Amino acid sequence: MSEIMTQARARTPARSLVTRREFLQGAGALIVSFAVPVPGLAAGPAAGPWPAKVPADRVESWIAVNADGTVTAAVGKIEAGMGISTAFAQIVAEELDVPLARVRMQMGDTATTPDQRGTGSSNGIIQGVPALRSAAAEARGALLAMAAERLNVPVEQLSVSDGIVRASDAPDRAVSYGELVQGKRLELKLSGKVKPKDPAEYKVVGKPTPRQDIPLKARAEYVYLVDHRVPGMLHGRVVRPPRAGAKLISVPAGQKLPGLVKIVTRGDYVAVVCEREEQAIRAARELRVQWSDPAPMFPESYDALYAMLRTAKPKVTEHAKDKAGDVDAALDTAAVKLSAQYEYPFQSHASMGPGCAVADVRRNEARVWSGGQKPYPLRKAVAEMLELPIEAVRVTWLPGPGSYGMNDADDAAMDAVVLSQAVGRPVRVQYMRQDGTGWDPKAPPIAFQLRGGLDAQGKLIALDYEARGFSGRVRSNGTEVAGDTITAQLIGGYKGNSTDLFQFSDESYKVPNKRKTSHIVAWEQSLPTGLRTAHLRDPDGMATCFASESFIDELAHAARMDPVAFRLASVSNPKHAAAIKAVAERAGWEARPSPKPGVKHGVVSGRGIAYAPRAGSIVATVAEVEVNMESGAMRVTRFVVAHDCGYVVNPLNLQGTIEANLIQSMSRAMHEAVQFDAHRVRSVDWASYPIVDMTEIPDAIDIVGLNNTPQAESKGAGEPSTRPTAAAIANAIFDATGVRIRRVPFTQEALQQAFRSQPRSA
Amino acid sequence: MAKPFDIVVNGKRHRVAATPDTPLLYVLRNEAQVQGPRFGCGLAQCGACTVHVDGAPVRSCVMPVMAAQGKQVTTLDGLAERYRAKQGIQDSTRLHPVQQAFIDEQAMQCGYCSNGWIMTAAAMLDDKPSVSDEEIRRGLSGLKCRCGAHMGVMRAVKRAAKEMA
Repeated sequence: MSEIMTQARARTPARSLVTRREFLQGAGALIVSFAVPVPGLAAGPAAGPWPAKVPADRVESWIAVNADGTVTAAVGKIEAGMGISTAFAQIVAEELDVPLARVRMQMGDTATTPDQRGTGSSNGIIQGVPALRSAAAEARGALLAMAAERLNVPVEQLSVSDGIVRASDAPDRAVSYGELVQGKRLELKLSGKVKPKDPAEYKVVGKPTPRQDIPLKARAEYVYLVDHRVPGMLHGRVVRPPRAGAKLISVPAGQKLPGLVKIVTRGDYVAVVCEREEQAIRAARELRVQWSDPAPMFPESYDALYAMLRTAKPKVTEHAKDKAGDVDAALDTAAVKLSAQYEYPFQSHASMGPGCAVADVRRNEARVWSGGQKPYPLRKAVAEMLELPIEAVRVTWLPGPGSYGMNDADDAAMDAVVLSQAVGRPVRVQYMRQDGTGWDPKAPPIAFQLRGGLDAQGKLIALDYEARGFSGRVRSNGTEVAGDTITAQLIGGYKGNSTDLFQFSDESYKVPNKRKTSHIVAWEQSLPTGLRTAHLRDPDGMATCFASESFIDELAHAARMDPVAFRLASVSNPKHAAAIKAVAERAGWEARPSPKPGVKHGVVSGRGIAYAPRAGSIVATVAEVEVNMESGAMRVTRFVVAHDCGYVVNPLNLQGTIEANLIQSMSRAMHEAVQFDAHRVRSVDWASYPIVDMTEIPDAIDIVGLNNTPQAESKGAGEPSTRPTAAAIANAIFDATGVRIRRVPFTQEALQQAFRSQPRSA
Repeated sequence: MAKPFDIVVNGKRHRVAATPDTPLLYVLRNEAQVQGPRFGCGLAQCGACTVHVDGAPVRSCVMPVMAAQGKQVTTLDGLAERYRAKQGIQDSTRLHPVQQAFIDEQAMQCGYCSNGWIMTAAAMLDDKPSVSDEEIRRGLSGLKCRCGAHMGVMRAVKRAAKEMA
């Protein structure tokens, strides 16, 4: 990670290509050439113009062998805090046969790393690994060809270990990668013809490997975005409207605020720039601003919100392809009919650090340091805002707090850009907590209606799933246009580019009559408010699985069947069945219908299961809970997870990622609903948006890995294990108490009220 | 203008340029240029800004810098050195056992909040190394971790406690 620091802080002149030596490597026809020495990939040109794209078809865009034998590898992905940079380094170390400690990763800089859009949808491993693997394999091929010439030994008789190429039968004839490259740049077009290593030979990939970033983080040596400083930098803070939809009337003149450089107003956008950070904080807090008194923009409560969702005319409706038979007819004749409504609230990314960015906007070019997941599209949005060509903008990702999707990072970047432009000096913006929790884009709420039917034998014959959600306004391509940022939405006059996402559950239940419908209700009026929506970790996945997998449990109960057996009777994908069986076995699942027999008062316990596939990965989760029927207090005592994401690059790291997914999703299930009234978001800090704390964590999380063989393609693990958690907990609460909870979050107050008012099933 | 004054950060004297009511955090980060404590909420709700003032964990985002006058401020950046000095350890690579345990247990995701967990746990165990699981849970209950790295943190603090006991 120290490369990132170098990259951010160094100021080096633009590289130029001077000498060039080419030779052909016999049959492979690889062209290898050299350029003058460059300081690795790391720094990149400080001044523009910067190329529109780092060419993805060239080895040197991905791999640089440095004079000291270290390797810098570039990837158009970012480290979101799950340790993917170590996984990438493992891939490179493996293919090149260099020690892992000698590989440094460089990520997410539009001037020096290939555009892979950035990270999202758990695609870091899926897209990053093949690209790095083939580039590293080709680099190795080229280095071997050079070594063959240098040592006068045929390539077939060479072997590599620790970055040193040796003649197999004469080990004293050896040359290191560093000696071969001599501080120059290895230039090579990707041929697509070099075969990566046989997984049977893997020494680094697939082995539990400690993360490279963690020692630095534990010693306060890891450089985060918040640590980045630029000479002459000023400090900005934003002043958001006090009510949703409030228009700026005026900022009274003559306000004396210490250190104030400028009050920036554009449309309804207000911010301050000061010499010092504490001055900017104070100025933003004390600035007197006159705002209009708008009509209410939000429903007044969650009850009103869900009622509105259920009755609003959809903007667009979609049916899933997963369709069979005639659901209405089957429900008419079913022996047992069931109908239930589920609700999932607005949730905040609530990153540990509110949005932060540094921008240095000059007359003809701009540099931006941002912590968002997708720096490449952000570059376009910045260019649009500044009316500059794309080559005049460089966005450099630096590590932020965990972002979990489209948090407030890109908004902060645009704020920094607008403020730097306004004052003509570099500006660092960091949001205050209320700007983060109160104004980040929220995961949209969804209201579900499920209906199902069983025949006289208890067999599932009809399943009808209907979701009603707000326009997701998902920025699947990242923040590609300025109008997708709150900055531009408050300034006004910019168009957004985000899209709707249909809200379907994902499962493989084979039901003779099945229908899934997703209605999207317009929510554009929310754009310049704290209830605008975007994607949060596993977009809609927790919600849709909560409804779908809770309802499957309700049907199992109606059929008087064990919830695992009921699922296995209908699930059609054998890998899904394998995950369900594996988690049940590891959990020591006792086959019986829910709820658990016994007296339902005092502290009771139970277990629940839920499963879901996600983009090629499959997760089945069992939650075990203890519930106090009087107080409503509930604790998950253990999670058991069966996890299939194909071949695992770093099993040690996967454990941490799965555990954290479970804890975060448990927090979302138990605690999290963004509070609002008719005028404003009321969740503005950790007191008004509580998340899980240390007293609530389970005693154990047991993980069963499935399908972890080199033959299985590596799939994503950043989000899938978030998906089934809410459903697994709700099903466990039902098992323990006989009371079905159909609305997230399962707070103590909500559970207490439910236990008092709802009939208990036996 | 208030009278100029100094604070001592990781053993080094620093002349404060900010006004005396400025929260310690901004002086530490922008003037003393340490990286350990980070802004999380500015409200003493999350703990990401935790530092030790005379060995006790303090939320530097709400403590006025003048309150640190005449006291020893230790940040994560200087925790290991202070531990070595106190224990008379010569080996300059040795970390505080809590730091080492966080590495050994891979007890973080993004690490933005880790400062708070390490500093709070270090102060807790420095004070009393033999702690029950329940005491660890309660002692760390005032900290936030959005990524959900709590399981690893629990293992790490238990490991460090064993090491220090």
